[in-house]
Amino acid sequence: MTVWQLFFQQLANGLTIGAIYALIALGYTMVYGVIQLINFAHGEIFMVGSYLALSVLLLLGISQPVTGLGLLVQLPLCVGVAMIGCGLLGFGIERLAYRPLRQVQRLAALITAIGISFFLQNAVMLIYGATDRRFPAVIPSIRFEIGGVTVTCLQLIIWTSSALLMITLQILVMSTRLGKAMRATAQDPKACQLLGIPVNRIIAITFIIGSSFAAVGGMLFGLYYNTINFHDGYMMGLKAFTAAVLGGIGNIPGAMIGGVVLGVLEGLGAGYLSSQWKNVFALVVLIGILLFRPTGLLGERVADRP
Amino acid sequence: MIKRPPPSFLWISTLAVAIVFPLVHQDSYVTEVLTSAFLYALLALGLNIVVGFTGLLHLGYAAFFAIGAYTYALLNLHFHFSFWVGLFPAAVVAGLFGVALGIPAIRVRGDYLAIVTLGFGEIVRIAFTNLDRWTGGPNGLLGIAHPTLWIPGWGLYDFGVASLPYYYLVVGVMVLVTAACLRMSRSRVGRAWAAIREDELAAACSGIDTFQLKLLAQGCGGTVAGIAGAIFAAKQGTITPDSFDFILSVMILAMVVLGGLGSVPGAILGAVVLGTLPELLRGFEQYRMLLFGLVMIFMMRLRPQGLLGSVQIRRELLAKKSETDDASPS
Repeated sequence: MTVWQLFFQQLANGLTIGAIYALIALGYTMVYGVIQLINFAHGEIFMVGSYLALSVLLLLGISQPVTGLGLLVQLPLCVGVAMIGCGLLGFGIERLAYRPLRQVQRLAALITAIGISFFLQNAVMLIYGATDRRFPAVIPSIRFEIGGVTVTCLQLIIWTSSALLMITLQILVMSTRLGKAMRATAQDPKACQLLGIPVNRIIAITFIIGSSFAAVGGMLFGLYYNTINFHDGYMMGLKAFTAAVLGGIGNIPGAMIGGVVLGVLEGLGAGYLSSQWKNVFALVVLIGILLFRPTGLLGERVADRP
Repeated sequence: MIKRPPPSFLWISTLAVAIVFPLVHQDSYVTEVLTSAFLYALLALGLNIVVGFTGLLHLGYAAFFAIGAYTYALLNLHFHFSFWVGLFPAAVVAGLFGVALGIPAIRVRGDYLAIVTLGFGEIVRIAFTNLDRWTGGPNGLLGIAHPTLWIPGWGLYDFGVASLPYYYLVVGVMVLVTAACLRMSRSRVGRAWAAIREDELAAACSGIDTFQLKLLAQGCGGTVAGIAGAIFAAKQGTITPDSFDFILSVMILAMVVLGGLGSVPGAILGAVVLGTLPELLRGFEQYRMLLFGLVMIFMMRLRPQGLLGSVQIRRELLAKKSETDDASPS
């Protein structure tokens, strides 16, 4: 394997995990953009998404790679259920836990988020058990060799599906009425209220979209790593959050770029340095960015609120 | 601004109950639970200086606890420092790390400061896990000496593994730290911290050296955590990096917020509530942590300002919320 082959192989791997980071990071960044809340329970929603996808696969009795009809019907069904389930979960969390606290001190919401994390983790643990669950490999394991670099069919699916979702989101936010209302709410919720924009509904929709994206991330994560655990939400949430900050929190294209950049940096770091220090690598990048370019790569907003 | 000193008979009677309780109710399990709850209270008091007094959101506080614990453990294992001697370097090293983290972090504020400290906490934990030549890696350090005390006319008393002597040790340290916190909060420094918390720009304009005072707060917070860490290491006899994870940082913060930001008795009360709650819920067996999460959610919903949250801070927080809403993002 030549130097360049190794480089591109790590790049491909990094791009895959980076796409998943980006999908989760979108939830953090959208919520932060609209109500300046770091939704610490978001990593748990991602984890619930992966378990929901697993449940649907188990209910359908799929444990082998699917082809033809399965690929067109069963997998979208699986994604759909996970997205709807997590969307409802995100909606419920916003409605029951965050909305009542929106007008009081912001740390109260942080503690609530931690409470939700405990609750979701333990609920999943009680239902599915504390040990690793095997995630069935439903995608045919076809490999492509491009100039000595191996790319799997699954990686292609991850890249295209996350790219499609992000393009859809970008269109939604930039050129629909709903998106315009979301951007307006992010800028000034009070003025929006005065202008007749249903701010509460916009915030709820933001949570629903972010959570359903995390569900897709959860399913892709399960497919890529083959095992899931109720603890996965924490580190993935932290990484995705890093990605959101890296791109500039509150900024949607920033979260996408941040996710991919973090994934690639991590892939290259693990390949060239040591995989033991992989997580430190991500965190050092995070701290460095915050200290020297606190607005992130594309950021425009400075978090300078008490 | 100067708060009236709280009725000291309340403090003294609480202390008296704390001293007498384990003698009256001799149950080693209860004593153990209370000892760890009070150790949490010590951490909550330290974090309260940083988050409550000065308003610097900190999410990596467990790192200083870890640094204190590892400092004492390494000094004890390699240089045979006794607990009482090792306590000081543990406190000083953790305090210096607090200042060292504070210097670069001084540039960032609010949520971003929270994330920098979170990252710092994780890096410290992963470093202790990976530097296995010195720290024993994931297995941690074993065989750390328990404290011993020379009692005249009785001989050398080894604290051993029973929790009762540690209970009194922690209560003793808590009395000192609580007194220091109360005095600090009413001193010139404490008022300057409050000014920084309320409005940093205005504080700087009034001639307060915000840089120095923020570092002082971080250093004080680190020192208290270092002391707690040394006690923890001496009590357990073994330490592993897993004991100092992000969840611990978050739990300590939850204790401070639950008790009421900036309130010294609040920090202690929050720590005792959250420290004993998982044990009180033990009857629910596997549902216990699930309920713990629910209780946290409902407590914040019922009393968002915290159990003993001062009305003053709450008013300031509410007022500031509407102010920042009007300010356009820079």
